Amino acid sequence: MASPYNDLVLEHFKNPRNTGRIEDPDGKATEGSPACGDMVSLYLKVDPKTRVIDDIKFESYGCASNIATGSIITELAKGKTIDEAKKITWQEASEALGGLPKIKAHCSVLAVEVLRSAIQNYEEKHGLVTEKVATTEEIVRKRLKKVMNPIKGLDMVATHLVKEIEITGGVVRIVIDLPETHQFANAIREDAVEKIESLWDIDQVIVEFTD
Amino acid sequence: MEKVYYLDNAAATRLDEQVLDVMTPLYFDRYSVATSEFGYSLGVEAKEALDDARSRLAQALGANSDEFIFTSGSAESSNLALKGVAKALGTKKGKHLIVSKIEDFPVLYSARTLEKEGFTVDYLDVDGEGLVDLEKLEALIKPETILVSIQHGNQEIGTIQDIGVIGTICRERGVLFHTDATHTFMRVPLDVNTIAVDLITVSAHTLHGPKGIGGLYVKKGTTLAKIMDGGFQEFDLRGGMDNIPGAVGFAKAAELVTADENIRLAAMRDHIITMVSEQIPDVILNGHPRQRTPQNANITFHYVEGESITLHLDMYGIAVSTGSACFSRSLEASHVIAAIGGDHERAHGSIRLTVGRFNTMEEVIFVEETLKKVVENLRKISPLGKE
Repeated sequence: MASPYNDLVLEHFKNPRNTGRIEDPDGKATEGSPACGDMVSLYLKVDPKTRVIDDIKFESYGCASNIATGSIITELAKGKTIDEAKKITWQEASEALGGLPKIKAHCSVLAVEVLRSAIQNYEEKHGLVTEKVATTEEIVRKRLKKVMNPIKGLDMVATHLVKEIEITGGVVRIVIDLPETHQFANAIREDAVEKIESLWDIDQVIVEFTD
Repeated sequence: MEKVYYLDNAAATRLDEQVLDVMTPLYFDRYSVATSEFGYSLGVEAKEALDDARSRLAQALGANSDEFIFTSGSAESSNLALKGVAKALGTKKGKHLIVSKIEDFPVLYSARTLEKEGFTVDYLDVDGEGLVDLEKLEALIKPETILVSIQHGNQEIGTIQDIGVIGTICRERGVLFHTDATHTFMRVPLDVNTIAVDLITVSAHTLHGPKGIGGLYVKKGTTLAKIMDGGFQEFDLRGGMDNIPGAVGFAKAAELVTADENIRLAAMRDHIITMVSEQIPDVILNGHPRQRTPQNANITFHYVEGESITLHLDMYGIAVSTGSACFSRSLEASHVIAAIGGDHERAHGSIRLTVGRFNTMEEVIFVEETLKKVVENLRKISPLGKE
Protein backbone atom coordinates (compact mmCIF):
# COMPACT_ATOMS: atom_id res chain seq x y z
CA MET A 1 0.00 0.00 0.00
CA ALA A 2 1.37 3.42 -0.96
CA SER A 3 1.11 5.38 2.26
CA PRO A 4 2.95 8.48 3.45
CA TYR A 5 3.31 6.67 6.77
CA ASN A 6 5.79 3.84 7.35
CA ASP A 7 4.72 0.44 8.67
CA LEU A 8 5.73 1.20 12.24
CA VAL A 9 3.68 4.41 12.31
CA LEU A 10 0.73 2.54 10.85
CA GLU A 11 1.14 -0.23 13.41
CA HIS A 12 1.08 2.29 16.29
CA PHE A 13 -1.87 4.05 14.67
CA LYS A 14 -3.76 0.80 14.29
CA ASN A 15 -2.91 -0.53 17.76
CA PRO A 16 -2.04 2.46 19.91
CA ARG A 17 -0.40 1.60 23.26
CA ASN A 18 -1.45 3.05 26.61
CA THR A 19 -4.75 4.58 25.53
CA GLY A 20 -7.49 5.66 27.91
CA ARG A 21 -7.67 7.57 31.16
CA ILE A 22 -6.22 7.17 34.65
CA GLU A 23 -8.61 7.86 37.52
CA ASP A 24 -7.17 10.39 39.98
CA PRO A 25 -4.01 10.98 37.98
CA ASP A 26 -0.98 12.57 39.66
CA GLY A 27 -0.53 14.78 36.63
CA LYS A 28 -2.57 15.49 33.53
CA ALA A 29 -2.69 17.86 30.59
CA THR A 30 -4.56 18.52 27.35
CA GLU A 31 -3.06 20.16 24.29
CA GLY A 32 -4.91 21.25 21.19
CA SER A 33 -3.62 22.56 17.92
CA PRO A 34 -5.63 25.32 16.30
CA ALA A 35 -4.16 24.73 12.85
CA CYS A 36 -5.05 21.08 12.58
CA GLY A 37 -7.75 20.90 15.24
CA ASP A 38 -6.13 17.89 16.81
CA MET A 39 -6.33 17.43 20.54
CA VAL A 40 -4.53 15.11 22.91
CA SER A 41 -4.86 14.44 26.67
CA LEU A 42 -2.30 12.68 28.82
CA TYR A 43 -2.51 11.22 32.34
CA LEU A 44 0.34 10.25 34.69
CA LYS A 45 0.84 8.12 37.79
CA VAL A 46 4.19 8.92 39.38
CA ASP A 47 5.96 7.10 42.22
CA PRO A 48 6.20 9.72 44.99
CA LYS A 49 9.63 8.53 46.14
CA THR A 50 11.50 7.69 42.96
CA ARG A 51 9.55 10.10 40.68
CA VAL A 52 9.35 7.27 38.17
CA ILE A 53 6.37 7.28 35.78
CA ASP A 54 4.57 4.09 36.82
CA ASP A 55 1.61 4.48 34.54
CA ILE A 56 0.81 6.71 31.62
CA LYS A 57 -2.23 6.89 29.37
CA PHE A 58 -3.29 9.15 26.53
CA GLU A 59 -6.40 10.02 24.54
CA SER A 60 -6.37 11.48 21.05
CA TYR A 61 -8.84 13.38 18.93
CA GLY A 62 -6.51 13.48 16.04
CA CYS A 63 -5.05 12.18 12.83
CA ALA A 64 -2.81 9.17 12.36
CA SER A 65 0.39 11.04 13.11
CA ASN A 66 -1.05 12.38 16.35
CA ILE A 67 -2.25 8.95 17.50
CA ALA A 68 1.00 7.19 16.59
CA THR A 69 3.13 9.81 18.37
CA GLY A 70 0.91 9.61 21.46
CA SER A 71 1.45 5.89 21.45
CA ILE A 72 5.25 6.04 21.09
CA ILE A 73 5.68 8.88 23.57
CA THR A 74 3.87 6.94 26.28
CA GLU A 75 6.06 3.93 25.58
CA LEU A 76 9.20 6.06 25.75
CA ALA A 77 8.14 7.79 28.98
CA LYS A 78 6.89 4.78 30.92
CA GLY A 79 9.45 3.66 33.52
CA LYS A 80 11.50 6.84 33.23
CA THR A 81 11.77 9.45 35.98
CA ILE A 82 9.92 12.69 35.33
CA ASP A 83 13.24 14.49 34.85
CA GLU A 84 14.27 11.99 32.19
CA ALA A 85 10.85 11.98 30.56
CA LYS A 86 10.59 15.73 30.14
CA LYS A 87 13.78 15.69 28.10
CA ILE A 88 12.23 13.46 25.42
CA THR A 89 12.19 15.46 22.21
CA TRP A 90 9.99 15.36 19.15
CA GLN A 91 13.07 14.24 17.22
CA GLU A 92 13.42 11.18 19.48
CA ALA A 93 9.75 10.33 19.21
CA SER A 94 9.83 10.71 15.44
CA GLU A 95 13.00 8.59 15.18
CA ALA A 96 11.47 5.91 17.39
CA LEU A 97 8.65 5.77 14.85
CA GLY A 98 11.07 5.57 11.93
CA GLY A 99 10.17 9.07 10.72
CA LEU A 100 6.98 11.03 10.08
CA PRO A 101 5.84 13.05 7.04
CA LYS A 102 7.04 16.65 7.44
CA ILE A 103 3.62 18.17 6.79
CA LYS A 104 2.27 16.21 9.77
CA ALA A 105 4.99 17.36 12.17
CA HIS A 106 2.79 19.80 14.05
CA CYS A 107 0.16 17.14 14.77
CA SER A 108 2.81 14.98 16.41
CA VAL A 109 4.59 17.82 18.24
CA LEU A 110 1.36 18.12 20.20
CA ALA A 111 1.81 14.64 21.63
CA VAL A 112 5.30 15.56 22.85
CA GLU A 113 4.14 18.86 24.32
CA VAL A 114 1.34 17.20 26.24
CA LEU A 115 3.81 14.94 28.03
CA ARG A 116 5.84 17.98 29.15
CA SER A 117 2.68 19.78 30.22
CA ALA A 118 1.47 16.80 32.22
CA ILE A 119 4.84 16.57 33.99
CA GLN A 120 4.71 20.31 34.66
CA ASN A 121 1.21 19.87 36.04
CA TYR A 122 2.53 17.10 38.30
CA GLU A 123 5.42 19.26 39.50
CA GLU A 124 3.19 22.21 40.22
CA LYS A 125 0.71 20.11 42.16
CA HIS A 126 3.47 18.47 44.18
CA GLY A 127 5.49 21.57 45.01
CA LEU A 128 8.37 20.61 42.79
CA VAL A 129 8.62 23.84 40.88
CA THR A 130 12.13 25.09 41.49
CA GLU A 131 11.92 28.44 39.75
CA LYS A 132 9.22 30.21 41.69
CA VAL A 133 8.33 33.10 39.42
CA ALA A 134 5.33 35.16 40.57
CA THR A 135 2.35 34.67 38.28
CA THR A 136 1.81 37.60 35.94
CA GLU A 137 -0.90 38.49 33.47
CA GLU A 138 1.46 37.33 30.73
CA ILE A 139 1.82 33.88 32.29
CA VAL A 140 -1.95 33.55 32.66
CA ARG A 141 -2.49 34.67 29.08
CA LYS A 142 0.08 32.16 27.82
CA ARG A 143 -1.75 29.38 29.57
CA LEU A 144 -5.13 30.51 28.27
CA LYS A 145 -3.69 30.13 24.78
CA LYS A 146 -3.99 26.42 25.39
CA VAL A 147 -7.73 26.67 25.98
CA MET A 148 -9.68 25.97 22.82
CA ASN A 149 -12.62 28.05 21.72
CA PRO A 150 -14.83 25.33 20.23
CA ILE A 151 -16.81 27.86 18.23
CA LYS A 152 -13.80 28.74 16.09
CA GLY A 153 -11.45 25.80 16.53
CA LEU A 154 -8.81 28.29 17.70
CA ASP A 155 -7.61 29.16 21.18
CA MET A 156 -9.54 31.58 23.38
CA VAL A 157 -6.84 34.26 23.31
CA ALA A 158 -6.54 34.31 19.52
CA THR A 159 -10.32 34.51 19.21
CA HIS A 160 -10.51 37.49 21.61
CA LEU A 161 -12.58 35.75 24.27
CA VAL A 162 -10.32 36.96 27.09
CA LYS A 163 -11.55 40.40 28.04
CA GLU A 164 -9.79 40.95 31.36
CA ILE A 165 -7.20 39.29 33.58
CA GLU A 166 -6.67 40.46 37.16
CA ILE A 167 -4.26 38.94 39.69
CA THR A 168 -4.52 39.91 43.35
CA GLY A 169 -2.96 37.98 46.23
CA GLY A 170 -3.24 34.46 44.90
CA VAL A 171 -6.58 35.06 43.18
CA VAL A 172 -6.89 35.20 39.40
CA ARG A 173 -10.02 36.76 37.93
CA ILE A 174 -10.71 36.22 34.23
CA VAL A 175 -13.51 37.88 32.30
CA ILE A 176 -14.64 35.98 29.22
CA ASP A 177 -16.45 37.78 26.42
CA LEU A 178 -19.37 35.38 26.14
CA PRO A 179 -22.80 35.22 27.71
CA GLU A 180 -22.90 32.85 30.68
CA THR A 181 -25.72 30.97 28.97
CA HIS A 182 -23.63 30.20 25.89
CA GLN A 183 -23.48 26.48 25.11
CA PHE A 184 -19.70 26.37 25.43
CA ALA A 185 -19.40 28.74 28.42
CA ASN A 186 -19.06 25.99 30.98
CA ALA A 187 -16.59 23.92 28.97
CA ILE A 188 -14.36 26.95 28.45
CA ARG A 189 -14.60 27.91 32.13
CA GLU A 190 -13.59 24.45 33.33
CA ASP A 191 -10.73 24.27 30.89
CA ALA A 192 -9.45 27.73 31.84
CA VAL A 193 -9.61 26.99 35.59
CA GLU A 194 -7.73 23.75 35.11
CA LYS A 195 -4.91 25.47 33.25
CA ILE A 196 -4.45 28.24 35.85
CA GLU A 197 -5.16 26.70 39.26
CA SER A 198 -2.06 24.54 39.31
CA LEU A 199 0.25 27.59 39.27
CA TRP A 200 2.24 27.47 42.51
CA ASP A 201 1.16 30.86 43.90
CA ILE A 202 -2.49 30.72 42.86
CA ASP A 203 -5.16 29.68 45.37
CA GLN A 204 -8.30 30.57 43.50
CA VAL A 205 -9.46 31.13 39.93
CA ILE A 206 -12.63 33.12 39.30
CA VAL A 207 -14.12 33.06 35.82
CA GLU A 208 -16.75 35.66 34.94
CA PHE A 209 -18.77 36.16 31.78
CA THR A 210 -19.80 39.41 30.17
CA ASP A 211 -23.59 38.82 30.35
CA MET B 1 -5.39 -7.06 -6.01
CA GLU B 2 -7.44 -7.27 -2.86
CA LYS B 3 -11.12 -6.43 -2.94
CA VAL B 4 -11.65 -2.69 -3.13
CA TYR B 5 -14.75 -0.93 -1.85
CA TYR B 6 -14.63 2.26 -3.86
CA LEU B 7 -17.00 4.90 -2.52
CA ASP B 8 -15.25 8.00 -3.82
CA ASN B 9 -17.11 8.26 -7.11
CA ALA B 10 -17.43 12.04 -6.82
CA ALA B 11 -13.66 12.27 -7.21
CA ALA B 12 -13.21 9.86 -10.13
CA THR B 13 -14.98 6.79 -11.44
CA ARG B 14 -13.96 3.44 -12.88
CA LEU B 15 -14.21 3.43 -16.67
CA ASP B 16 -17.05 1.36 -18.12
CA GLU B 17 -15.79 -1.30 -20.56
CA GLN B 18 -18.51 -0.30 -23.03
CA VAL B 19 -17.00 3.18 -23.08
CA LEU B 20 -13.54 1.83 -23.76
CA ASP B 21 -14.93 -0.34 -26.56
CA VAL B 22 -16.13 2.66 -28.54
CA MET B 23 -12.94 4.60 -27.84
CA THR B 24 -10.40 1.93 -28.89
CA PRO B 25 -10.99 2.13 -32.68
CA LEU B 26 -10.40 5.87 -32.51
CA TYR B 27 -6.89 5.26 -31.24
CA PHE B 28 -5.98 2.48 -33.70
CA ASP B 29 -8.13 2.78 -36.82
CA ARG B 30 -9.59 6.27 -37.11
CA TYR B 31 -6.83 8.09 -35.26
CA SER B 32 -6.44 11.14 -37.48
CA VAL B 33 -7.40 14.71 -36.74
CA ALA B 34 -10.86 15.86 -37.69
CA THR B 35 -10.56 17.49 -41.08
CA SER B 36 -13.08 19.49 -43.06
CA GLU B 37 -15.32 17.64 -45.49
CA PHE B 38 -12.72 18.38 -48.17
CA GLY B 39 -9.97 16.45 -46.37
CA TYR B 40 -8.93 12.82 -46.64
CA SER B 41 -11.42 10.11 -45.79
CA LEU B 42 -9.88 9.21 -42.44
CA GLY B 43 -10.15 12.81 -41.30
CA VAL B 44 -13.71 13.13 -42.52
CA GLU B 45 -14.62 10.00 -40.56
CA ALA B 46 -12.94 11.42 -37.47
CA LYS B 47 -14.89 14.63 -37.92
CA GLU B 48 -18.10 12.66 -38.18
CA ALA B 49 -17.32 10.78 -34.99
CA LEU B 50 -16.65 14.06 -33.17
CA ASP B 51 -19.81 15.71 -34.51
CA ASP B 52 -21.89 12.71 -33.60
CA ALA B 53 -20.57 12.73 -30.01
CA ARG B 54 -21.21 16.45 -29.77
CA SER B 55 -24.74 16.14 -31.01
CA ARG B 56 -25.60 13.34 -28.57
CA LEU B 57 -24.20 15.22 -25.58
CA ALA B 58 -25.96 18.43 -26.60
CA GLN B 59 -29.19 16.48 -26.92
CA ALA B 60 -28.79 15.13 -23.40
CA LEU B 61 -29.08 18.75 -22.22
CA GLY B 62 -31.86 19.60 -24.68
CA ALA B 63 -29.42 21.79 -26.61
CA ASN B 64 -28.33 22.11 -30.25
CA SER B 65 -25.06 20.61 -31.49
CA ASP B 66 -23.44 23.99 -32.02
CA GLU B 67 -24.07 24.90 -28.37
CA PHE B 68 -21.77 22.23 -26.92
CA ILE B 69 -18.01 22.58 -26.93
CA PHE B 70 -15.51 20.00 -25.75
CA THR B 71 -12.85 20.87 -23.17
CA SER B 72 -10.29 18.93 -21.15
CA GLY B 73 -12.67 18.59 -18.20
CA SER B 74 -14.78 20.52 -15.73
CA ALA B 75 -11.90 22.70 -14.51
CA GLU B 76 -11.29 24.02 -18.01
CA SER B 77 -15.01 24.42 -18.69
CA SER B 78 -15.53 26.55 -15.60
CA ASN B 79 -12.36 28.55 -16.28
CA LEU B 80 -13.65 29.28 -19.76
CA ALA B 81 -17.12 30.21 -18.50
CA LEU B 82 -15.90 32.69 -15.90
CA LYS B 83 -12.79 34.09 -17.57
CA GLY B 84 -14.33 33.97 -21.03
CA VAL B 85 -17.36 36.02 -19.95
CA ALA B 86 -15.14 38.39 -17.95
CA LYS B 87 -12.89 38.92 -20.97
CA ALA B 88 -15.82 39.48 -23.31
CA LEU B 89 -17.96 41.71 -21.09
CA GLY B 90 -15.51 43.25 -18.60
CA THR B 91 -14.99 46.44 -20.53
CA LYS B 92 -18.40 46.48 -22.21
CA LYS B 93 -20.80 45.86 -19.36
CA GLY B 94 -19.07 45.73 -16.01
CA LYS B 95 -16.66 43.98 -13.72
CA HIS B 96 -18.90 42.31 -11.14
CA LEU B 97 -19.55 38.59 -10.65
CA ILE B 98 -21.49 36.55 -8.11
CA VAL B 99 -20.53 33.00 -7.12
CA SER B 100 -21.67 30.88 -4.20
CA LYS B 101 -19.35 30.18 -1.29
CA ILE B 102 -19.53 26.43 -1.83
CA GLU B 103 -18.44 26.27 -5.47
CA ASP B 104 -15.78 23.77 -6.40
CA PHE B 105 -12.23 25.09 -6.83
CA PRO B 106 -12.30 25.84 -10.60
CA VAL B 107 -15.10 28.39 -10.14
CA LEU B 108 -13.86 29.68 -6.80
CA TYR B 109 -10.27 30.17 -7.91
CA SER B 110 -11.23 31.57 -11.32
CA ALA B 111 -13.23 34.16 -9.38
CA ARG B 112 -10.23 34.92 -7.16
CA THR B 113 -7.98 35.29 -10.20
CA LEU B 114 -10.46 37.73 -11.72
CA GLU B 115 -10.47 39.70 -8.48
CA LYS B 116 -6.72 40.16 -8.86
CA GLU B 117 -7.37 41.49 -12.35
CA GLY B 118 -9.71 44.20 -11.13
CA PHE B 119 -13.07 42.45 -11.07
CA THR B 120 -15.18 42.42 -7.93
CA VAL B 121 -16.80 39.21 -6.78
CA ASP B 122 -19.55 38.64 -4.25
CA TYR B 123 -19.46 35.24 -2.57
CA LEU B 124 -23.05 34.27 -1.90
CA ASP B 125 -23.95 32.69 1.45
CA VAL B 126 -25.70 29.36 1.80
CA ASP B 127 -27.96 28.11 4.59
CA GLY B 128 -27.29 25.22 6.95
CA GLU B 129 -28.29 22.70 4.32
CA GLY B 130 -26.22 24.28 1.58
CA LEU B 131 -28.92 26.16 -0.35
CA VAL B 132 -28.02 29.63 -1.61
CA ASP B 133 -29.88 32.61 -0.25
CA LEU B 134 -32.10 33.65 -3.18
CA GLU B 135 -33.13 36.98 -1.69
CA LYS B 136 -29.51 37.87 -1.14
CA LEU B 137 -28.75 36.88 -4.73
CA GLU B 138 -31.40 39.27 -6.03
CA ALA B 139 -30.05 42.02 -3.81
CA LEU B 140 -26.49 41.48 -5.01
CA ILE B 141 -27.23 41.78 -8.74
CA LYS B 142 -26.15 45.21 -10.01
CA PRO B 143 -26.20 46.86 -13.44
CA GLU B 144 -22.51 46.00 -13.81
CA THR B 145 -22.98 42.31 -12.91
CA ILE B 146 -21.87 40.18 -15.86
CA LEU B 147 -22.17 36.64 -14.53
CA VAL B 148 -23.73 34.57 -11.77
CA SER B 149 -22.08 31.19 -11.27
CA ILE B 150 -23.93 28.83 -8.97
CA GLN B 151 -23.39 25.10 -9.13
CA HIS B 152 -26.13 22.58 -9.72
CA GLY B 153 -25.08 19.90 -7.19
CA ASN B 154 -22.38 20.22 -4.57
CA GLN B 155 -19.18 18.18 -4.81
CA GLU B 156 -18.92 17.50 -1.08
CA ILE B 157 -22.35 17.61 0.51
CA GLY B 158 -24.49 16.86 -2.56
CA THR B 159 -26.98 19.70 -2.08
CA ILE B 160 -28.90 20.49 -5.29
CA GLN B 161 -29.61 24.18 -5.87
CA ASP B 162 -32.88 25.50 -7.25
CA ILE B 163 -31.21 26.47 -10.52
CA GLY B 164 -34.60 26.93 -12.20
CA VAL B 165 -35.37 29.82 -9.86
CA ILE B 166 -31.81 31.16 -10.00
CA GLY B 167 -31.85 31.05 -13.81
CA THR B 168 -35.12 32.95 -13.96
CA ILE B 169 -33.82 35.63 -11.61
CA CYS B 170 -30.69 36.05 -13.74
CA ARG B 171 -32.53 36.15 -17.03
CA GLU B 172 -35.04 38.71 -15.73
CA ARG B 173 -32.17 40.89 -14.64
CA GLY B 174 -30.24 40.40 -17.86
CA VAL B 175 -27.29 38.62 -16.27
CA LEU B 176 -25.60 35.52 -17.68
CA PHE B 177 -25.94 32.38 -15.57
CA HIS B 178 -23.33 29.61 -15.43
CA THR B 179 -23.87 26.38 -13.50
CA ASP B 180 -21.27 23.73 -12.71
CA ALA B 181 -23.14 20.46 -13.32
CA THR B 182 -20.12 18.17 -12.88
CA HIS B 183 -21.90 16.21 -10.16
CA THR B 184 -25.40 16.27 -11.61
CA PHE B 185 -25.09 15.79 -15.37
CA MET B 186 -27.18 12.70 -16.30
CA ARG B 187 -27.86 12.11 -12.59
CA VAL B 188 -30.33 14.95 -11.99
CA PRO B 189 -32.66 16.28 -14.72
CA LEU B 190 -31.22 19.32 -16.45
CA ASP B 191 -32.81 20.64 -19.66
CA VAL B 192 -31.94 24.02 -21.15
CA ASN B 193 -35.47 24.29 -22.58
CA THR B 194 -36.98 24.46 -19.12
CA ILE B 195 -34.16 26.11 -17.18
CA ALA B 196 -32.88 29.56 -18.08
CA VAL B 197 -29.16 28.86 -18.12
CA ASP B 198 -26.45 30.21 -20.42
CA LEU B 199 -23.41 28.11 -19.57
CA ILE B 200 -23.14 24.59 -18.13
CA THR B 201 -20.00 22.75 -17.07
CA VAL B 202 -20.08 18.97 -17.51
CA SER B 203 -17.45 16.24 -17.33
CA ALA B 204 -17.03 12.56 -18.19
CA HIS B 205 -14.89 11.63 -15.20
CA THR B 206 -17.85 11.43 -12.80
CA LEU B 207 -19.87 9.21 -15.18
CA HIS B 208 -17.60 6.18 -15.70
CA GLY B 209 -16.24 7.93 -18.76
CA PRO B 210 -12.65 8.79 -19.58
CA LYS B 211 -10.64 11.37 -17.66
CA GLY B 212 -9.50 14.49 -19.48
CA ILE B 213 -12.68 15.23 -21.39
CA GLY B 214 -15.46 17.61 -20.43
CA GLY B 215 -17.76 20.06 -22.03
CA LEU B 216 -19.29 23.47 -21.79
CA TYR B 217 -22.79 24.25 -22.97
CA VAL B 218 -22.82 27.73 -24.41
CA LYS B 219 -26.28 29.04 -25.22
CA LYS B 220 -26.50 30.44 -28.73
CA GLY B 221 -25.75 34.15 -28.71
CA THR B 222 -23.82 34.13 -25.43
CA THR B 223 -20.91 36.55 -25.46
CA LEU B 224 -17.83 34.51 -24.64
CA ALA B 225 -14.16 35.12 -25.44
CA LYS B 226 -11.74 32.25 -25.94
CA ILE B 227 -9.02 31.82 -23.34
CA MET B 228 -7.13 28.96 -25.01
CA ASP B 229 -5.47 30.07 -28.21
CA GLY B 230 -4.69 27.52 -30.85
CA GLY B 231 -6.49 26.51 -33.99
CA PHE B 232 -10.10 27.22 -34.81
CA GLN B 233 -11.47 24.15 -33.09
CA GLU B 234 -14.69 24.11 -31.09
CA PHE B 235 -16.38 26.97 -32.99
CA ASP B 236 -13.23 28.99 -32.39
CA LEU B 237 -13.87 28.98 -28.65
CA ARG B 238 -11.18 26.53 -27.63
CA GLY B 239 -8.01 25.93 -29.56
CA GLY B 240 -6.20 22.62 -29.29
CA MET B 241 -6.14 19.08 -30.62
CA ASP B 242 -9.58 17.50 -30.66
CA ASN B 243 -9.81 14.67 -28.15
CA ILE B 244 -11.98 12.51 -30.38
CA PRO B 245 -11.67 9.22 -28.46
CA GLY B 246 -12.49 11.17 -25.30
CA ALA B 247 -15.46 12.91 -26.90
CA VAL B 248 -16.87 9.64 -28.23
CA GLY B 249 -16.25 7.97 -24.86
CA PHE B 250 -17.97 10.86 -23.07
CA ALA B 251 -21.07 10.56 -25.28
CA LYS B 252 -21.22 6.82 -24.65
CA ALA B 253 -20.73 7.31 -20.89
CA ALA B 254 -23.62 9.77 -20.77
CA GLU B 255 -25.80 7.40 -22.77
CA LEU B 256 -25.15 4.50 -20.39
CA VAL B 257 -26.64 6.36 -17.43
CA THR B 258 -30.26 5.32 -16.97
CA ALA B 259 -33.05 6.50 -14.71
CA ASP B 260 -33.03 3.04 -13.09
CA GLU B 261 -29.36 3.38 -12.28
CA ASN B 262 -29.95 6.73 -10.61
CA ILE B 263 -32.71 5.17 -8.51
CA ARG B 264 -30.35 2.36 -7.53
CA LEU B 265 -27.63 4.85 -6.51
CA ALA B 266 -30.13 6.86 -4.47
CA ALA B 267 -31.21 3.66 -2.70
CA MET B 268 -27.60 2.93 -1.71
CA ARG B 269 -27.12 6.55 -0.62
CA ASP B 270 -30.27 6.41 1.52
CA HIS B 271 -29.19 3.09 3.01
CA ILE B 272 -25.90 4.64 4.12
CA ILE B 273 -27.57 7.74 5.58
CA THR B 274 -30.26 5.75 7.40
CA MET B 275 -28.05 3.00 8.75
CA VAL B 276 -25.31 5.34 9.93
CA SER B 277 -27.79 7.72 11.60
CA GLU B 278 -29.57 4.84 13.32
CA GLN B 279 -26.60 2.78 14.36
CA ILE B 280 -23.94 5.32 15.22
CA PRO B 281 -24.70 7.96 17.87
CA ASP B 282 -23.61 11.61 17.62
CA VAL B 283 -23.53 12.04 13.87
CA ILE B 284 -24.77 14.86 11.62
CA LEU B 285 -25.84 14.60 8.00
CA ASN B 286 -24.12 17.32 6.00
CA GLY B 287 -26.13 18.76 3.14
CA HIS B 288 -29.81 18.78 2.31
CA PRO B 289 -31.91 15.82 3.56
CA ARG B 290 -33.92 15.54 0.32
CA GLN B 291 -32.53 17.89 -2.30
CA ARG B 292 -29.29 16.00 -2.88
CA THR B 293 -27.46 14.19 -5.66
CA PRO B 294 -28.29 10.46 -5.81
CA GLN B 295 -24.68 9.43 -5.28
CA ASN B 296 -23.73 11.52 -2.24
CA ALA B 297 -23.79 10.86 1.51
CA ASN B 298 -21.74 13.12 3.78
CA ILE B 299 -21.71 12.55 7.51
CA THR B 300 -19.83 14.09 10.44
CA PHE B 301 -18.83 11.77 13.26
CA HIS B 302 -18.31 13.77 16.43
CA TYR B 303 -15.22 13.27 18.62
CA VAL B 304 -13.09 11.67 15.91
CA GLU B 305 -10.90 12.93 13.11
CA GLY B 306 -11.49 12.22 9.43
CA GLU B 307 -8.02 11.19 8.33
CA SER B 308 -7.93 8.61 11.11
CA ILE B 309 -11.25 7.22 9.89
CA THR B 310 -10.20 7.09 6.23
CA LEU B 311 -6.86 5.49 7.06
CA HIS B 312 -8.55 2.77 9.12
CA LEU B 313 -11.10 2.19 6.35
CA ASP B 314 -8.27 1.97 3.82
CA MET B 315 -6.90 -1.01 5.71
CA TYR B 316 -10.14 -2.78 4.82
CA GLY B 317 -9.87 -1.71 1.19
CA ILE B 318 -12.48 1.04 1.57
CA ALA B 319 -11.92 4.32 -0.28
CA VAL B 320 -13.82 7.40 0.93
CA SER B 321 -12.82 11.03 1.49
CA THR B 322 -13.04 13.56 4.30
CA GLY B 323 -13.29 17.33 4.74
CA SER B 324 -10.76 17.24 7.56
CA ALA B 325 -7.83 19.61 7.36
CA CYS B 326 -5.49 16.75 8.25
CA PHE B 327 -6.44 14.91 5.07
CA SER B 328 -5.75 17.72 2.66
CA ARG B 329 -2.35 18.68 1.33
CA SER B 330 -3.00 22.28 2.25
CA LEU B 331 -4.11 21.42 5.81
CA GLU B 332 -7.19 23.53 5.19
CA ALA B 333 -10.53 22.24 6.34
CA SER B 334 -13.44 22.02 3.92
CA HIS B 335 -14.71 25.44 2.78
CA VAL B 336 -18.10 23.86 2.11
CA ILE B 337 -18.63 22.66 5.69
CA ALA B 338 -17.48 26.06 6.94
CA ALA B 339 -20.01 27.78 4.66
CA ILE B 340 -22.93 25.72 5.96
CA GLY B 341 -22.08 27.04 9.41
CA GLY B 342 -20.12 24.08 10.62
CA ASP B 343 -17.41 24.68 13.20
CA HIS B 344 -13.94 23.27 12.83
CA GLU B 345 -14.98 20.02 14.47
CA ARG B 346 -17.73 19.40 11.94
CA ALA B 347 -15.26 19.43 9.06
CA HIS B 348 -12.68 17.56 11.15
CA GLY B 349 -14.87 14.48 11.48
CA SER B 350 -16.72 14.60 8.14
CA ILE B 351 -16.71 11.66 5.74
CA ARG B 352 -17.99 11.74 2.16
CA LEU B 353 -19.22 8.48 0.63
CA THR B 354 -20.17 8.61 -3.04
CA VAL B 355 -21.55 5.58 -4.85
CA GLY B 356 -21.32 4.66 -8.51
CA ARG B 357 -22.37 2.10 -11.11
CA PHE B 358 -20.02 -0.60 -9.91
CA ASN B 359 -21.04 -0.53 -6.25
CA THR B 360 -23.44 -3.10 -4.87
CA MET B 361 -25.71 -3.04 -1.83
CA GLU B 362 -23.52 -5.79 -0.31
CA GLU B 363 -20.51 -3.50 -0.55
CA VAL B 364 -22.47 -0.66 0.98
CA ILE B 365 -23.47 -2.85 3.93
CA PHE B 366 -19.86 -3.94 4.48
CA VAL B 367 -18.76 -0.29 4.45
CA GLU B 368 -21.45 0.68 6.97
CA GLU B 369 -20.47 -2.12 9.35
CA THR B 370 -16.79 -1.32 9.06
CA LEU B 371 -17.42 2.37 9.53
CA LYS B 372 -19.35 1.65 12.72
CA LYS B 373 -16.49 -0.45 14.08
CA VAL B 374 -13.81 2.09 13.16
CA VAL B 375 -15.70 5.04 14.64
CA GLU B 376 -16.36 3.09 17.86
CA ASN B 377 -12.68 2.22 18.20
CA LEU B 378 -11.49 5.76 17.56
CA ARG B 379 -14.04 7.14 20.00
CA LYS B 380 -12.67 4.81 22.67
CA ILE B 381 -9.35 6.61 22.55
CA SER B 382 -10.79 10.12 22.10
CA PRO B 383 -10.73 12.58 25.00
CA LEU B 384 -14.06 13.99 23.78
CA GLY B 385 -17.65 12.89 24.11
CA LYS B 386 -17.33 10.89 27.32
CA GLU B 387 -19.06 13.02 29.96
